[in-house]
Amino acid sequence: MTEATLQQSPVASDEREYLSFVLGNEYYAIDITTVKEIRGYEATTKIAKAPSFIKGVLNLRGDIVPIVDLRIKFEVGEPTYNEFTIVIMLHVYDRIVGVVVDGVSDVVRLTEADVLPPPDFGVAFDSQYLLGLADVDDSMVILVNIEKLITSDALALVDNSHTAAIAG
Amino acid sequence: MSVDLEQFHAVFFDESNEHLQAMEELLMTLDVECPDAEELNSIFRAAHSIKGGSGIFGLNALTGLTHVMETLLDRARNQTMNLSVEIVDLFLETVDVLKATLQAYMQGSELPSDDIETGIAKLEAVLTAEVEQTASAVSAEVTTVSAESCEEDDGFGFFYDIDDVSPEADTTDDLFGDLAFGADVSPATESVKQLIAEQTESGDLNDIEGFGLFDDVDVEPVSAVKESSPSTVISPAVNAPKVTPISKAKSASHTKPSAQKESGSIRVDTYKIDGMVNLVGELVITQSMLSMIGNEVDGKAGEMLQAAIDELQRNTREIQESVMSMRMLPVNMTFNRFPRVVRDLSQKLGKQVKLVIEGGATEIDKSLIEKLVDPLTHLVRNSIDHGVESPEVRRAAGKPETGTVVLSAAQKGSSIIISIQDDGAGLNRERILNKAMENGLIHSDDMPDSDIWKLIFEPGFSTASEVTDVSGRGVGMDVVRRNIESIGGRIEIESKVGEGSSFNIHLPLTLAIVDGMCVAVGDQIFVVPLLNIIESFQPKPEQLQTLSNDNLLWIRGEYWPLVAMHELMDIDGAIEEPAESIVVLLESGKKRFGIQVDALMGQQQVVIKSLEKHYRKVAGVAGATIMGDGKVALILDADSIAQTCQDTIKQEACA
Repeated sequence: MTEATLQQSPVASDEREYLSFVLGNEYYAIDITTVKEIRGYEATTKIAKAPSFIKGVLNLRGDIVPIVDLRIKFEVGEPTYNEFTIVIMLHVYDRIVGVVVDGVSDVVRLTEADVLPPPDFGVAFDSQYLLGLADVDDSMVILVNIEKLITSDALALVDNSHTAAIAG
Repeated sequence: MSVDLEQFHAVFFDESNEHLQAMEELLMTLDVECPDAEELNSIFRAAHSIKGGSGIFGLNALTGLTHVMETLLDRARNQTMNLSVEIVDLFLETVDVLKATLQAYMQGSELPSDDIETGIAKLEAVLTAEVEQTASAVSAEVTTVSAESCEEDDGFGFFYDIDDVSPEADTTDDLFGDLAFGADVSPATESVKQLIAEQTESGDLNDIEGFGLFDDVDVEPVSAVKESSPSTVISPAVNAPKVTPISKAKSASHTKPSAQKESGSIRVDTYKIDGMVNLVGELVITQSMLSMIGNEVDGKAGEMLQAAIDELQRNTREIQESVMSMRMLPVNMTFNRFPRVVRDLSQKLGKQVKLVIEGGATEIDKSLIEKLVDPLTHLVRNSIDHGVESPEVRRAAGKPETGTVVLSAAQKGSSIIISIQDDGAGLNRERILNKAMENGLIHSDDMPDSDIWKLIFEPGFSTASEVTDVSGRGVGMDVVRRNIESIGGRIEIESKVGEGSSFNIHLPLTLAIVDGMCVAVGDQIFVVPLLNIIESFQPKPEQLQTLSNDNLLWIRGEYWPLVAMHELMDIDGAIEEPAESIVVLLESGKKRFGIQVDALMGQQQVVIKSLEKHYRKVAGVAGATIMGDGKVALILDADSIAQTCQDTIKQEACA
């Protein structure tokens, strides 16, 4: 993926930057403006009765932040935790959420033309959380609508009352 | 009492200034042709809040003027009166007078009482004109006002009866009423000049003369400026185009004293304090990491390092304490205002009311304290005005003549409950229903009481048969609800006819500090609020019983449920055998139960952090806190645990 940066085209008007990361063998990318910081994995405080992909909460400079393991949620790769495991802290709708990934690869610049729609069927991944697919350096990068995913009922990170407030 | 009130003056002044600023901005942008109802409501509320606050502090000059203004605004928002540019101008003028009055109160200087009286008179003139509803009368009055206010562009109201014009008058403001009505100008002008001469014998006559009558004004802000400003009154009459000098003079006379007395406190955005609290928390953690490293350093360097770290530890602890104290205040800060309110109000209404304050030491977040003032004021006034009956009625009902209003604060589980309880007549279901029908809020009366009580929080809802300056405009309750919801709380009403009503405000515990016992379960630490703990002990085998596989505790002749924390919180590696564990006996609301933990880790004050800010509510947990090592510990909520285990829990009333 490092070559991807070398491919940077001259700045186009609708060009946006995405942070790409690895889950198992797959490449995903999210809008870089939602990324607050990237840090190593730390032990979390478990939350009782939470779904398995919610690893728990940790202290991010005084904020109690939930940590979601997307590998468990998307059922890709092995949820292992070692010194190379990365947590991407996202800042979405005034909330901070950490997502566990296998690694962060690169910042890619994509224009709207680069983003292709996902196939209509044959993919288990819920397409409402997809922005589309892009080909970067001969690898497929899955662009995730991270704002929608974080506030979705499927992740259950947000109380319903809050979802309404966010939507409104 | 008055000494206690002093400390709230500054807050009131700050708030009122903000309200006035907001009113001014809203009035400026108000569309006169079709005014936005919400904007009118906001202006009205601002006026109402100032009135309420000034009432508390006995700043009668403010109360009087805002009351009339509010009455007009009330008509405007109920669309019983049409707004015009002139009226809006008049409101703006009134706002200026209010500002001047507020300034005078702040500096303890002389009140612009004439401006206030004229302001009231002008507003009342519009009011009566509207009441008469005679088209000609309306236009005549209003145009008079407008002609004047347009020319004046000044905060002073000079609309006065001609009878009041006399050489003996202290100031010459009054004369303008005469001019505005188009009466013979010259005598008035003469008398103004004469008065100016009289008044300024001790002052600098040239300064005064040059001011108002001529363009090139260089006013010395002498104390006479304020009094001499009436000379400008003549300007429309003598056709001298002099508007600017007035404002110059006014601002000059205002800025000078304010420079003399700076405020002793500053208002800091609580957001900044929050940030600081968090950072200090991090500092404490870094410091404890340092001391761990320090322990591993040997020799002389190690000793020196250790000494320095000890010093650092003391300093960080002190910083932490002072930052914390910045944020948290006893709820008494708010409650202390009320004895005065109750006394004044009950006297005014001819009622006998005793105020009882409970739990004033409960600490709550400063931002909550500030935002509680308005709603609590409304609620207390409401309780006295509508709740508590007059002594005669009470006697007839077989109740003691003196009514009781209880203002209490308490922490319960994950919320702080502030309640205002009276032993008055209770809410009147029929009257609320009728009024709601009238206003088109509801169309059927088939509702439970609790839903009906909620109706009183609707904007514009009031069941008081007459509007007093105490309450009854239907503004209070919707403001109350808004304010409380804006700080993440909710309000509930309990009421029984003839027995009284209770308004319970539930507030979240954001950033409250709690005294907690840290307990270990497996590899996790939980914090149990000390408030809930009755005792902790290692159970003897005979104290542990089972009831169809559920554990029960046998203590002092009673059976209590025993909740295993490792099961509830889903934790591996904890001690599973109750006999080998520690039991903490908790009390919550009306339930008692034991929780089974591995060990007690010690007592500690912790800052409650919201889990909901970035995550969601978790059953059995009131919030989270950050421990010395930077890890997150969950704070247990005894109420919620009891609720969660309801089925297996023996309920016991222990009131």
